[in-house]
Amino acid sequence: MSIAFPTPDEAVLSRRSEILAGLGRLVAPEALIVSEDERRAFETDGLTAYRQLPLAVVLPSSTEEVAAVLRFCRDHRVKVVPRGAGTSLSGGAIPQADAIVLGVAKMNRVLDVDFKNRTARVQSGITNLGISQAVAHEGFFYAPDPSSQLACTIAGNIAMNSGGAHCLKYGVTTNNLLGVTMVLLDGTVVEIGGDYLDSGGYDLLGLITGSEGQLGVVTEATVRILRAAEGARPALLGFERVEDAGACVAAIIAAGIIPVALEYMDRPAIQICEAFAHAGYPLDVEAMLIVEVEGSDAEIDDMLRRIVAIAEPFRPKTAKVSQSEAESAAIWKGRKSAFGATGRVADYICMDGTIPTGQLPHVLKRIDEIAKSYGLGVANVFHAGDGNLHPLVMFDTNKPGEMEKAEAAGEDILKLCVEVGGCLTGEHGVGIEKRDLMTYQFNRVDLEQQMRVRGVFDPGWLLNPAKVFPLEERFAA
Amino acid sequence: MNTFIPRDEQDVATIVSDAAAKGTLLNLAGSGSKAAMGRPNQTDASVTSAALSGITLYEPAEMVIAARSGTPLSEVVTTLAEKGQQLSFEPMDYRPLLGTTGEPTIGAVAAMNISGPRRIMVGAARDSLIGVRFVNGRGEMVKSGGRVMKNVTGLDLVKLMAGSWGTLGFLTEVTFKVLPRPERTSTLLIRGLDDGVAIEALAAALGSPFDVTGAAHLPAPDRLGARTLIRLEGFSVSVDYRLNELRRLLKRFGPADILEGRGADAVWQSVRDATVLPERGERAIWRVSTAPTNGPILTARIAAAIDAQWFYDWGGGLVWIASPLDGDLGASVIREATRALGGHATLVSAPDSERSRVDVFEPQTEAVMALTRSIKASFDPVGILNPGRMYAGI
Repeated sequence: MSIAFPTPDEAVLSRRSEILAGLGRLVAPEALIVSEDERRAFETDGLTAYRQLPLAVVLPSSTEEVAAVLRFCRDHRVKVVPRGAGTSLSGGAIPQADAIVLGVAKMNRVLDVDFKNRTARVQSGITNLGISQAVAHEGFFYAPDPSSQLACTIAGNIAMNSGGAHCLKYGVTTNNLLGVTMVLLDGTVVEIGGDYLDSGGYDLLGLITGSEGQLGVVTEATVRILRAAEGARPALLGFERVEDAGACVAAIIAAGIIPVALEYMDRPAIQICEAFAHAGYPLDVEAMLIVEVEGSDAEIDDMLRRIVAIAEPFRPKTAKVSQSEAESAAIWKGRKSAFGATGRVADYICMDGTIPTGQLPHVLKRIDEIAKSYGLGVANVFHAGDGNLHPLVMFDTNKPGEMEKAEAAGEDILKLCVEVGGCLTGEHGVGIEKRDLMTYQFNRVDLEQQMRVRGVFDPGWLLNPAKVFPLEERFAA
Repeated sequence: MNTFIPRDEQDVATIVSDAAAKGTLLNLAGSGSKAAMGRPNQTDASVTSAALSGITLYEPAEMVIAARSGTPLSEVVTTLAEKGQQLSFEPMDYRPLLGTTGEPTIGAVAAMNISGPRRIMVGAARDSLIGVRFVNGRGEMVKSGGRVMKNVTGLDLVKLMAGSWGTLGFLTEVTFKVLPRPERTSTLLIRGLDDGVAIEALAAALGSPFDVTGAAHLPAPDRLGARTLIRLEGFSVSVDYRLNELRRLLKRFGPADILEGRGADAVWQSVRDATVLPERGERAIWRVSTAPTNGPILTARIAAAIDAQWFYDWGGGLVWIASPLDGDLGASVIREATRALGGHATLVSAPDSERSRVDVFEPQTEAVMALTRSIKASFDPVGILNPGRMYAGI
């Protein structure tokens, strides 16, 4: 528990009943959550080691209500923590004692689908999967697919610029967003972008995406929807040496093949996932790749044949091409349950750094050494095509001091990612978790430029203020 | 006018901080091949990236390339081609349209967010741009993003720099992700469609599972000469399969020929560079982005009011319009139609005297303009970097 929250503002805490009364005049009674029991459901997110009850929770049902609440909070200097479904793995939605939580989950409707122009207009509280489900009857889908897609909202995806296993081909949120309705802190409602490509002025859409709820609250979004491929099937490749798996990834790319997904698992991850999902993973290898390609059956066969041939010089111990939907589902079940399956055998923290893929063997070796130096185990799952690592540092929460050790190991791993030319976070966001590591990736000038831009939207540090920027580096923009 | 030719980023920082202290207004330039774009503005000195040249990083297996901002685009393209890779967003070459010379730089591709036909499949330059280094208007050296393609660390200033036309900072180094060049490229050509029907055909193709990487319609005065183009790329076996499937899917639009090789490449280059437009030297050229099915509605409204010529890229969502060089160059009718249908219009080419009378970039709402002014001030508080190049006061 080494991450500090800013000291709550006593003046705000002492005005709680007055603030609640003010909010009560702006939204329907059922949209304002004040009792401790009910607030409890909002005290944390996917980073469950950290918890904090907010002053209150407001769940508006319209853009106008969001505007009224934000204007009120600006006028009364009340901090606001925006929230989608609360699945952030970096603590992006964790409240503060002197802040209200502003949740968009009630605004969850599809407003319009335009198949000819391949766009969908949605309210921002809709789930990621909800968008795909709304367009599936015409064979379309929304491409970014974070593991939490069943629960996470598009609002949260925009705030964190979420990725997923298939972003090698389809990109992340910022590449699939066309327009938003966003409410600024002073209650101004701005339309940014629309149902067309690119921007007429500055790329505000690109700036907002990934801004972690610090610039405003998005209430509606227009996203690109895509026609799904005719089919998709993976191949499993198992290697005796980490270096061989890494070299195989490079060779696939060098051959001009961009698989729709290219996932890497190390020995501990394979063992844990196989025990849980019975996916038919090879248990006698050090590294395994899941390489998925899309298209018609014939196209898939052709491409998987090429991939297996490319792998040949690296002497795979296993080279298995999925022959059916059931086999494919089993292969993916293992990978997609990696976090859950690990949770059954140990407590863990999930890291999210990105590295240049050429550094893979070196980084995996160092990660192993770092974990060992703290007496902990680590399992690695990893988007190999784009270098986004997810080391799961395992510990036992019942052993005093182990969680702190795991956090320290995690920090060392992220610093390593930056050292080799990568970054602190590939898709989970900085949130509260990596806030204090930002100075490893950015110098003071870099951070000040970011904070000056932040200050354009929120000069008084009221929007999700405990996140992203190290507390001691801050200045009033 | 004084021209600075900085040799490294530190030089740029020194020049800009001196200028900020003195209030010297700076024109930021690469080779100058696109100097005739944007709002004409008054500056006191020029800073060019001419001496900031060279590829600084290229890792084919990681699909990433970085170069100093003054590196010729052609050098980047050639280096990538040697390893069978490319800038996937297909940056257009403005020189034929503008009638200019000079060697376009990779920095300008980033600063102006320059894309081409493949934008519909792989995104714009801003989607491939993963890292920047720049000097802001205070003379500070700033970095954002990096060399890895998945990176959500901190505010995404990379996107803000892309398409800001040098009004926020002087780019010194840019990093792009790249993609393999396809083994084969093939184009389906359908003749004789009118605009509305052609856009229907393109929508059907783009809404198919067959990964269309180019979708353009080139109208002709006699309609019979009109050409509708649908491009497929990839491994040969796969291209063959998808050509057949698409032909079947588009049967109701008439017979489709297959174009490959040099002739087909030339057609796509003329779409990319907008050289499809006739009489381009004697007309003002506009570029409008809108929802694809709005494309033909937009052109019908414009043609009802002025003598216009046009063609469509991006499935109908990118409309290139040539308007007469008189009156307001068609600005009021083009802007009115764009506003009504949703989108943005840019005046790409017209003489200086005309571009100072007409808004070059899409006018923004007051709320967005207020943010734009504050963002400009957060990078360039004195307002010395390309002042007025995009909007008055920016």
